[in-house]
Amino acid sequence: MSIRPHDDATLRGHGDSHGHVSRLGYRIGSLLAIMLTIVPFWLVMSGPQPAPGSTAAIIFGLALIQIAVHVICFLHLDTRSEGGWTLLAFLFTTVIVVVTIGGSVWVMLHLNGNMMPMPGGPAGPVR
Amino acid sequence: MTDHALGQQDTGPVWHQADDHHDHEASGATVLGFWIYLMSDALIFASLFAMFGVVSTSYAGGPVPREIFDLKLVALNTAFLLASSITFGEAMPHMEAGRVGPTRFWLAVTGLLGLAFVSVELYEFAHLIAEGAGPQRSAFLSAFFTLVGTHGAHVTVGLVWIAVTLIQLGQHGLIPAMRRRLVCLSMFWHFLDIIWIGVFTFVYLYGVIR
Repeated sequence: MSIRPHDDATLRGHGDSHGHVSRLGYRIGSLLAIMLTIVPFWLVMSGPQPAPGSTAAIIFGLALIQIAVHVICFLHLDTRSEGGWTLLAFLFTTVIVVVTIGGSVWVMLHLNGNMMPMPGGPAGPVR
Repeated sequence: MTDHALGQQDTGPVWHQADDHHDHEASGATVLGFWIYLMSDALIFASLFAMFGVVSTSYAGGPVPREIFDLKLVALNTAFLLASSITFGEAMPHMEAGRVGPTRFWLAVTGLLGLAFVSVELYEFAHLIAEGAGPQRSAFLSAFFTLVGTHGAHVTVGLVWIAVTLIQLGQHGLIPAMRRRLVCLSMFWHFLDIIWIGVFTFVYLYGVIR
């Protein structure tokens, strides 16, 4: 009987704070996600790009930020959930994703570079 | 000891607490398992993104992204999917509070937005194929249809899951098993929105400016 108020208070306190924090996180996450979606579309749709290289760098940077926002605010990834196993699995996946995409593009670009002098040139029929 | 102390007073909470505790552990394992599934699904998409990245300029003399991508349509689609992710977030506090009606309402809104997304995407695909920019035209278009189509197939599966969940919520209400399923479904849905960030940036926006 003496344990009950303690239990209740702990449960309620835990539930309340968790709810408040995740609600606020959700609202902030939603606003950030909307802005991080509008900005790259606006940048690209505003017309021909004077410097496509830097525009590309900006939209990729914004995409990475938005992915982080979604993972933290919408999927609630933190260091504590499931004793850190979700974070560990996520980091492992991130490494594999970077190696797969980055590695493939890097290797194949070099391959293309080394095979550049083709009969017919860049606009030749082989492409 | 807690059970005993409570049991003398009232049997109701004992079962509730025991059940709650059990459910928490079980759903924790399910959520972790589902998370690992999502991570493995991310690896599938990583290989599709890698393939697209490698052949994204192999046009084979066919159409280039600037000619065939309608960014207004993509922006509309992106808005549908992001809005559906946010409306799913509106459903979750109602689920935690045990309110079945609002949970079903926001889930239904999410499903309708998802349906709009898939419809626009199918329209885009049909339009491209009618223009002669089908998957057989070039390596770039093959990779485009594979990557975007795989994402669209995932969203379609998510729509079926949402429909089933809406029916089950009507039948069972917010029992622990349904809460667990809703948590997994929300993770799946947010995950698909994250993949779409990569698609609209890498495929559409970068394709148009390169």
